[in-house]
Amino acid sequence: MEERYFNDISYKQFLNEERLMGSRCKGCGTLCFPPRPICTNCYSTDMEWAELKGNGKLAGFSSIFVPPAFMAEEGFDRKHPYVVGVVELEEGVRAVGRIVGVDANRPETIKIGTPVKAEFIHFGEGDQMRTHLAFRPVEGGAS
Amino acid sequence: MGEKRKLGRGVCIVGAGMSRFDMYKDKDSKQLFAEAFKECIDSVDKGIDPKEIQAMWLGNFTNDFFIHQGHWGPIISDLLGLPPKPATRTEGACASSTLAVKDAAYAIASGMYDIVLAGGVEEMSKISTEAVSEGLALAGSPYEVYEGFTFPAVFGAIATAYFAKYGATWEDLNYVTVKSHENAKLNPKAQFNMTIKDIMNLRIEKYKKKGQPVPEWKDEYEALRDPRFNPVVAWPMRLFDCCPISDGAACVLLVAEEIAHMFTDHPIYIIGMGQGSGRALHDCPSLTSLEANKHAAKEAYEMAGLTPKDIQFAEVHDCFSIAELIHIEDLGFCKEGTAYRFVREGGTRLNGPMPINTSGGLKCKGHPVGATGAAQMVEVWHQLRGEAGPRQIPNGDLHIGASQNLGGTGGTCTFMIFSNEK
Ligand SMILES: [Zn+2]
Repeated sequence: MEERYFNDISYKQFLNEERLMGSRCKGCGTLCFPPRPICTNCYSTDMEWAELKGNGKLAGFSSIFVPPAFMAEEGFDRKHPYVVGVVELEEGVRAVGRIVGVDANRPETIKIGTPVKAEFIHFGEGDQMRTHLAFRPVEGGAS
Repeated sequence: MGEKRKLGRGVCIVGAGMSRFDMYKDKDSKQLFAEAFKECIDSVDKGIDPKEIQAMWLGNFTNDFFIHQGHWGPIISDLLGLPPKPATRTEGACASSTLAVKDAAYAIASGMYDIVLAGGVEEMSKISTEAVSEGLALAGSPYEVYEGFTFPAVFGAIATAYFAKYGATWEDLNYVTVKSHENAKLNPKAQFNMTIKDIMNLRIEKYKKKGQPVPEWKDEYEALRDPRFNPVVAWPMRLFDCCPISDGAACVLLVAEEIAHMFTDHPIYIIGMGQGSGRALHDCPSLTSLEANKHAAKEAYEMAGLTPKDIQFAEVHDCFSIAELIHIEDLGFCKEGTAYRFVREGGTRLNGPMPINTSGGLKCKGHPVGATGAAQMVEVWHQLRGEAGPRQIPNGDLHIGASQNLGGTGGTCTFMIFSNEK
């Protein structure tokens, strides 16, 4: 796996493998998620992979009632909205993804600060596989 | 403030014009730009022979996607009879035409040209709403768009973070919306030149005609809370929190300060220019502020030698109602976390201490993305020359106005400061 470039293509391959991978700069230790091919702190290109646990807290969200075409193909529409959000991961970086296990039709019940855990939603198979990052509220997690 | 950045020589606006913004079946980009251009040259007090224009900068985000035609610089140059003079297209998503004006100003300041046309155009309404959304998403960050974020959803997420941080509510945003519609009613160029009360009455008429139950809204705030009137697009953003899809064009005529007197005795001086770039949403230092905004403001204030207190009014990029609050905080007009109260108290109304979006803003004037930045300057031009008619700011001592333009979800931000005095 160390042979992969530190870019978005590798990031998405890792999502297919249900791994949340960022880059850590060997020069200065800066963690980047998703991975970056060059460190914007010390400008080293000497990177190593850093796996994130996928635990975090919801920092912002939206429940989408008017979806883009590719989400409409999944069956989402005005009656069937879906939620997306920004999550603060415990490693100190943020991620964006779908928020599942919440009531998209009652977004007023969704709270900022809710503890969440990463999941992976796969579509297609083999070379055609793509994976979306999702987060689900942790059962019994205190907010 | 820090060191004062100066242009090599001063640059003035001596003419400005825009088409009416709307969704047109029968007007294309060339038609709309011709209308903006005609109004612009006609607005030059002492007249101009268009053949004197030496170069043109044109902002356009993605007519390539919207109408499958790219390379708009020469097309508009040809339309105006300007070939073989240079025509350059700028792209900064919804901030494309402010970039055009900035680059045109640099070209004059450098000494290369004396008389330059700068503007923008976008033709968005010929395709479906879903397709427009897909086109606009080209300006989003790859990570957000991939996970299903739409533009309203990015600003919806920003809104939820803002509400949680400062205790504001979605109801507070309605004061932005009501104010924008009140201003737009006074602007004949606005796509929605009517108040929310006007729209409520139209809706009631429609329900009556169809024999449907007629809602009993006691005021516009109650109507805005009714999902039948104001459905959710991307929570907490409802329909009335979002700007429309529009076609339109706008342009300004820029000249070197030393020759401005040949065209008018009342030029508008560009006294501050700033621009910043930003990151994807997840990488932003804060979810409730745009670092590109702050950098653009810093550059412009330093160049002008001014502070936020000196700005008397501004057009800001209210693509979504929450964005208006974020901008007026980032630009320093309000302390962070207080804009919602300032707006609620009427601070940004036409007769308030800091009028914002006297044109009706993107929400009501319309948002043909590549034309928006130049159109904001058209409004500042009218206000600073005392020519804004019924929506003229009631301040007999109006000298300094500004325009703030945003591209994407904050990837590009610009801030321009103008004065009617040298
Ligand atoms: Zn480094």
